[in-house]
Formats: sequence, C-alpha cells, structure tokens
Amino acid sequence: MRYVETVMGLPISFDIRDEGDHRPAVDEAFGELRRADSIFSTYRPDTEISRLNRAELTLDAAGDQFIEVLSLAEKFSTVSGGAFTLHDADERWDLNGIVKGWAADQAAGVLRSHGLHNFCLNAGGDVIAAGHPEPGRPWNVGVRSPESPESMIAVVALTDMSVATSGSYERGRHIVDGRTRRPAHGLTSVSVISADLTVADVLATTVYAMGEVGVGWAAERYDCAVLAVTDAGDLLDGGDVRRWLAPAA
Amino acid sequence: MKQRKWRGTTLFLSILAVLGATFGLKFYSTGSQPIATTSQSAAGTGSTSTDSSGAAPSPSPSGTSAAAPAPSPSAAASTAVQTVTGNAVQTRFGNVQVKVTFSGKTITKIDVLQVPQESGRDQEIASYSVPILQQEVLQSQSARVDSVSGATYTSDGYLQSVQSAIDKLG
Repeated sequence: MRYVETVMGLPISFDIRDEGDHRPAVDEAFGELRRADSIFSTYRPDTEISRLNRAELTLDAAGDQFIEVLSLAEKFSTVSGGAFTLHDADERWDLNGIVKGWAADQAAGVLRSHGLHNFCLNAGGDVIAAGHPEPGRPWNVGVRSPESPESMIAVVALTDMSVATSGSYERGRHIVDGRTRRPAHGLTSVSVISADLTVADVLATTVYAMGEVGVGWAAERYDCAVLAVTDAGDLLDGGDVRRWLAPAA
Repeated sequence: MKQRKWRGTTLFLSILAVLGATFGLKFYSTGSQPIATTSQSAAGTGSTSTDSSGAAPSPSPSGTSAAAPAPSPSAAASTAVQTVTGNAVQTRFGNVQVKVTFSGKTITKIDVLQVPQESGRDQEIASYSVPILQQEVLQSQSARVDSVSGATYTSDGYLQSVQSAIDKLG
C-alpha cells in the first residue's frame, strides 16, 4: 500500500509492504510529521521556532521536542567546527538541516510501533528503507542526478538503512556555511547513507556546507557512506559506497 | 596510500557515472522512447553531470518526461541491436569514453574506448575498475528503483521527478 501526502511543504510517501490495511498507523505517522512541522517550520508564523525568532518565546519555555532537536543540532555544529549551523543567513533560528530527517525518523518509529517492518518512507527526497519490499530483496533507492530529476547517478540497495541528499539543484544555494555565514559552495549534491536518517540528513547538510573536505570528514567520524558530486561534475566518495551499490536482481 | 586508494575509487565512480549517466538512465526515463543510434564524438564535453544530459542521443521527451520509472515494452525497436557511443567525459584522471551495445533495451556489451593511460597506475586502476564496472552496470540495469533520494523537492521538482512517477504507480 502506498500513501502520499504533503506535510511540511514536502511530498511524503509511505510504501508499506506488510500485509493489511495500515491506514490507522499511517494517519498517526503523518500526524507525527505535522506535529514536527508545527514546532519547527520557519515558513509558518505560529510555530515554536517562528515565535522564538520574534522573541515571543524563550528557550526556557520551548517544548521538549524543540530542545531535543536543538541539542542534537548543537552537537553537530560543534563537531563540524561550526559548518553546520543552527541559524540562517539572517541569524534567525533555522533547524531545517535536521528536522526533516528527525521527523521522518519519528514517523518511522510510529509505523514500527504498529508492528510494521517492511516499508519505504520518502520525505521529500530523504529515504528510510525498512526491511524488504518483497522477501529477500533490498529496497533499491536511486540517487538523483543533480542534472535531471529523471536521472540517477547510482542505485543503492538498502535494508534497514537510510539515505539523505542535500543539493543546490532544487532550491538554489540555500545551505549556509556557518563558518563564513555565506552560501556553501563546492558541491552540487551530497548523499549520505546511514542506519539513522537523522544522522544522514544532518551529515548531508554538513558535508554540503563543508565542501569537498567534508566527504572524507564525515566518513571518518561516522558510520556512514558519502557520495557527492562536485561543482565540476566529479564524483567523490567517502566510506564504502560500493558496498551499497545495487546488486544483481 | 590513502591518496592512491581514493584515486582508484574516485576513478571507478567517475567511470560508473559516465556509464550510468550516459546509458543506464535511459531505463528510468520514458519507456516509450526508443533508443536512438548515434555516434557522438564530442571529446571533452566537460563534466560528468553535464554529460548525463548532453549524451542523451535523442531529443528529450517533452511534457511527458515524468513518466514511468520502470522500463516498459517499447513498441518499436524492442529487440533491435544498436550501438551507442557516449561522449568522452573528462575526469580528474583523464578522459573516459564507452561504447554500449543494446539489444532492445538490454545492454549486451560495453566497450571501453578511452580510459586514462598516463601512468601505469592509471592503467592498473582502469583495468581493475572497468570489468567490475561492466558487471555492476549490467546488474544495476535489472534493479528496479523503488524510491529516489534527492535534494528536498519543490512541488515542481517533485512533479518532474521519478519519485512522483513511482508514487503514482500506487
């Protein structure tokens, strides 16, 4: 069963292969995503983050989930020497580099709590591949070419793994290098494969912000694989990308 | 040593990208588009990613480009044998160019026309990479794509994407 809805301004699809009608589980999972949006969206005026940015709310009064994500984001900001930033170019709070992955992980947790083990969750290009689409087969996830939404630079075969991609080709150079406060450059696309989508999402953003040196940096420090495309069109790999390339069907 | 290891892997991935971008991707785009025979020889047409569109031998399918991600039977030329020569693509280690023979939409043969040969090490890498690469490209051809990872979509981007087509399949 496939379910698609737009949440957080993103098309989000669940492809569930466990037997049965999973509408209740899916509704609850979409609810989790909407809840995240109601806390972290910088595009809506009524969210916690927007109220913080208007100084209508202080961190002391922020909710547990906001603090949880903030703490995680601060950790990555520290280890990346500030390349991963919690603020946009205008110094307002902006946790979009982590929220999508985190929220998708929460939604996947909801599905698992309903006993589902075989599903593929795609949150606007960030993918959680749980279990198998059919017995014995991994989920084949294409990594989009920066050049075209119809083209892949690679197909990776994943079981209980995640992949997140950051790039400039959809929304321009919106990722800020926190060290310079300027739009990051050097890479057009960064994909990170990791067991945890939150980590994959943050690392994709971080590597993008760091540029080429970020590719090896992430692979050395985290249990992940990185596939990046430079502005010049070269492919870079960090970690064991080839391990994940789609095998024979 | 680390540099050498990287070099091999990067070259491998570069070649993979050339093959994948030039040929494998046809299978994820419109199924009704016959594979045109061409012999492009524009050497050094820049980056790999530029090549992914530049090497598409036939006109891009207008309007209907967000169609089925899985190959669907092509009415014409379903079993015709055709040979497509890709653009030579510059990698950081030198040019890579391949020639692919299709039977219908199945790759039956890959000839490597150009690989970096400036040093013994390059040849070593290339001779190691290319056979594995051929295998992996042939294999990945049979892999149906279940989902697509990409930078956060705009709604327009989503509608144009393979993921949109996958989701429409239900």
